[in-house]
Amino acid sequence: MIHFVLLISRQGKVRLTKWYSAYSQKERTKVIRELSGLILTRGPKLCNFVEWRGLRVVYKRYASLYFCMCIDEDDNELEILEIIHHYVEVLDRYFGSVCELDLIYNFHKAYFILDELLIAGELQEPSKRTVARLVAAQDSLVETAKEQTSSITNIIAQAANTASL
Amino acid sequence: MGSQGGFYQSKEFLDLVKSIGEARSKAEEDRIVLSEIETLKRRISEPDTPKRKMKEYIIRLVYVEMLGHDASFGYIHAVKMTHDDTLLVKRTGYLAVTLFLNEDHDLIILIVNTIQKDLKSDNYLVVCVALNAVCKLINEETIPAVLPQIVELLAHPKEAVRKKAIMALHRFYQKSPSSVSHLVSNFRKRLCDNDPGVMGATLCPLFDLITNDVNSYKDLVISFVSILKQVAERRLPKAYDYHQMPAPFIQIKLLKILALLGSGDKQASENMYTVVGDIFRKCDSSSNIGNAVLYECICCVSSIYPNPKLLESAADAISRFLKSDSHNLKYMGIDALGRLIKISPEIAEQHQLAVIDCLEDPDDTLKRKTFELLYKMTKSTNVEVIVDRMIDYMISINDNHYKTEIASRCVELAEQFAPSNQWFIQTMNKVFEHAGDLVNIKVAHNLMRLIAEGFGEDDNTADSQLRSSAVESYLYILGEPKLPSVFLQVICWVLGEYGTADGKYSASYITGKLCDVAEAYSNDETVKAYAVTALMKIYAFEIAAGRMVDMLPECHSLMEEFLASHSTDLQQRAYELQAVIGLDAHAVESIMPSDASCEDIEVDKALSFLNGYIQESIEKGAQPYIPESERSGMLNISNFRNQDHHEASSHGLRFEAYELPKQTVQARIPPASLASTELVPVPEPVYPRESYQTTTVPSVSSDAASTELKLRLDGVQKKWGRQTHFPSTSTSNSTSQKTVNGITQVDGSNTANSRTRETYDSRKQVEISPEKQKLAASLFGGPSKTEKKSATGHKSSKPSSHMVKSHAPKSSMEVASEKTSPVQQPPDLLDFGEPTVKSTAPSLDPFKDLEGLLEPTTQVSSAVNHSSTAAVTKSPDIMGLYTETPAGAHHKDSDILSGLSNSPMTNMVGGTTTMQVAQTSKSPNLKDSLEKDALVRQMGVTPSSQNPNLFKDLLG
Repeated sequence: MIHFVLLISRQGKVRLTKWYSAYSQKERTKVIRELSGLILTRGPKLCNFVEWRGLRVVYKRYASLYFCMCIDEDDNELEILEIIHHYVEVLDRYFGSVCELDLIYNFHKAYFILDELLIAGELQEPSKRTVARLVAAQDSLVETAKEQTSSITNIIAQAANTASL
Repeated sequence: MGSQGGFYQSKEFLDLVKSIGEARSKAEEDRIVLSEIETLKRRISEPDTPKRKMKEYIIRLVYVEMLGHDASFGYIHAVKMTHDDTLLVKRTGYLAVTLFLNEDHDLIILIVNTIQKDLKSDNYLVVCVALNAVCKLINEETIPAVLPQIVELLAHPKEAVRKKAIMALHRFYQKSPSSVSHLVSNFRKRLCDNDPGVMGATLCPLFDLITNDVNSYKDLVISFVSILKQVAERRLPKAYDYHQMPAPFIQIKLLKILALLGSGDKQASENMYTVVGDIFRKCDSSSNIGNAVLYECICCVSSIYPNPKLLESAADAISRFLKSDSHNLKYMGIDALGRLIKISPEIAEQHQLAVIDCLEDPDDTLKRKTFELLYKMTKSTNVEVIVDRMIDYMISINDNHYKTEIASRCVELAEQFAPSNQWFIQTMNKVFEHAGDLVNIKVAHNLMRLIAEGFGEDDNTADSQLRSSAVESYLYILGEPKLPSVFLQVICWVLGEYGTADGKYSASYITGKLCDVAEAYSNDETVKAYAVTALMKIYAFEIAAGRMVDMLPECHSLMEEFLASHSTDLQQRAYELQAVIGLDAHAVESIMPSDASCEDIEVDKALSFLNGYIQESIEKGAQPYIPESERSGMLNISNFRNQDHHEASSHGLRFEAYELPKQTVQARIPPASLASTELVPVPEPVYPRESYQTTTVPSVSSDAASTELKLRLDGVQKKWGRQTHFPSTSTSNSTSQKTVNGITQVDGSNTANSRTRETYDSRKQVEISPEKQKLAASLFGGPSKTEKKSATGHKSSKPSSHMVKSHAPKSSMEVASEKTSPVQQPPDLLDFGEPTVKSTAPSLDPFKDLEGLLEPTTQVSSAVNHSSTAAVTKSPDIMGLYTETPAGAHHKDSDILSGLSNSPMTNMVGGTTTMQVAQTSKSPNLKDSLEKDALVRQMGVTPSSQNPNLFKDLLG
């Protein structure tokens, strides 16, 4: 399972953090400091994986931004690398050729997208289209997104409710 | 930017982000954040902040916390925000709480109620955000509060909701397996969901469930195989394709599950062979995701019951990985190799040079992975090279976590495979010296015990040699500054126990050294305590031997210091020392017998030596002792405590709403239905006196009608939920195929191996340095490459006494460590009974056993030998046996084997036999080559550049 996701800029600035395992605020700071020291100094031709405290950290650099995910030892590193890429592709589709500035100013949206992609440290949705559709539905106004297709009893119930109010 | 989704961002916020972005230093950033925190603190608690403003404040809080500052003052506002009716605001609130709070936070209890309400919402997006929060926030204690609703949501019409509900249950399972154990049928049912996303999500909890209990899910093998087949055949919607691969993430998850299910189960594995083989063929090895799937296939193949064809494909894939220029693929290749060598150990040999390249790569990650591989393939023949390399690396790094790990691996390997005492002691010294305080204290205790117990029962000279070499090396090491505490403890103990045992060093010399230690490390009490006790031992041995003891002046001053020490432990030891010195030889000898650290101390538990004293006291009128259990008039405390516990456990939190007070007037409305939907306004208690009572009645009754409708809906859903469902097996027929195993598989794979080896070697040959060859030879020690050397006169040049010496400790060490890995050949023990062995080859080599087995004159007296011979004689067709007979047959074979032998053979059912077979099938003139090879490796012959035969042999 994925323990946490970090987005760090090349200068070591944090752009996004998502913790799926429990870490206290103090530990978080420490983890970020340790990992940025470890990852940012690595050369371009080396592995995209780092061993760290008995766990693996898989990272990938896109322009000046490092996407890092921390996983268990027996997980498939290449798969995680692709999950990162999957996330980037979804971000790209959402923002329209995403750049670091998009993420800096709209980090909360990056979070919302991540929540549709990963849940509880596992990949929940491998389809880009589904993720995009869900995020768009949430962004659009609430009223139109109301569930209309459910059973007819539901509609009756709603009608009855409005009548009673 | 910023316009999407209708988010409003004030200039303030944009400025904040901008100024943080432009901050030159961490200090400047901190200053900006701190002033931001002040602003937020002030603003956020202002009354009547508009919602939209509030939402922005919360996002700014998230930002502040992301930068590593404490924003806990605002948590409660985020919690409040989750109550909001607008989805956009609610969503922000939930996002903030999931980022702020860990599952053990006190505020969780305030959110549970909101979550409960939101899970019931008719807007599926609200349900989705609530489920996101559930996955992060619900802890073991609050699971029961939301569980029923989440189970209901499994049948929700929206696939996004079903998917998240499944993931929530998965999370619950991780937190408290018992809470969802009754829901397993639900997972099985969701596996057949129409939506691939939901099906894919279901694989997560199933993977966990299967990991914990494989046998209950064997019936699903067929279903998983058929799903995987369909996925691989692109039956899923195009949206699930990823870089032209059909749903690779689902494939990987399925392969992981199959690996679990097929492990050690021939029947289940046979169902998988076809589909895994298909995937091997279809995988596009030029894309990263294709390689991810390939890697997972290799993992699966190395976990399930071995199939020669698949193993061959796996080996091919591995060699492609290793030959790749990409470090990532090399890394995966090394990892995969480590998995596959468990089944086919010979595969490592083809890749020896690639492995050595990785070992010498500047990339630390790759290096560590390679050490992991070496650790897995360590044998008694290559242990020295591997452990030396590991120690060198250990010395060179600063990462304490990894240092600890690699140190413990060194210790483990040294204990398991040490070729000689000397080497063992030296290795341990190095480990302690460089990673001392990181080593588990148990390792130190083990080392002391090992030195004390010695290695052979009947070989006292070897033991004392070991001890004196230990003493010597420790005296030498003491000259170095700053030794780790654990190591000093070992040194003090050994010096105290054996420092003067062989008479080489005088008591005053040893005690002088011990005093130096105590002085040099004066702030380490444990070391000082060890030193004092060691001093006491030395003096006691001197007194017992009838020699005059005269304490060194520095020792005197040390004792004076300790007698007044703050540590009571040190004080006591010092007083004891003082007392012992004053006693006569006879008394001292019984207190501190020489070399008796392993002797059992008999404890008289009944305290019978006090009988006389008790008798006397009773005669004087004392009360006799009554055991606790027979005493009357005392409450049974343990019972009492039990009751207490029971009560405590029944006082859990209640999450269901309290029942509403009974309605006296409006008896028609069932109270439960009122509580069930938020849309129904809770009616005011109606008093008959009031005049408008009649007007309210109609509306209330219409409410009742609506809730009744709702109720019926619930009822229907429940019916669905309860329905028991089994995965359909109708699809299975098409996929269960018999794998056809060629009779010549063994040959086939062998030729394939040699072919790949050939190509790799010829490519690399030009640039290989002699050191690398040397290393390769010492690491891998292939059975066929150094025949020439072995044929020459080395046999006679080696003194046989050495063999005896090195052999004896080896086998006893095995006993001491009580660990025999499958790789290690147990019949080392058996060699005792074979006098012919010593003259033909050294006994250390694992291949030795095979030689013995093949010897026509093998003694029948040895049980192990006997049974193994039986196994080997079967070997020519044993591969066929494996593939053609049902699984039971194989197990029976090995059972017989283990039944006959009383040696450690029992804990290696199956594993060894396959290995032996693999080895026996390697060369036609088996006995000869094995014998020669064994000898060569024992002699430590390492082919250098002057040995052109290395590659000739490799090339076949």
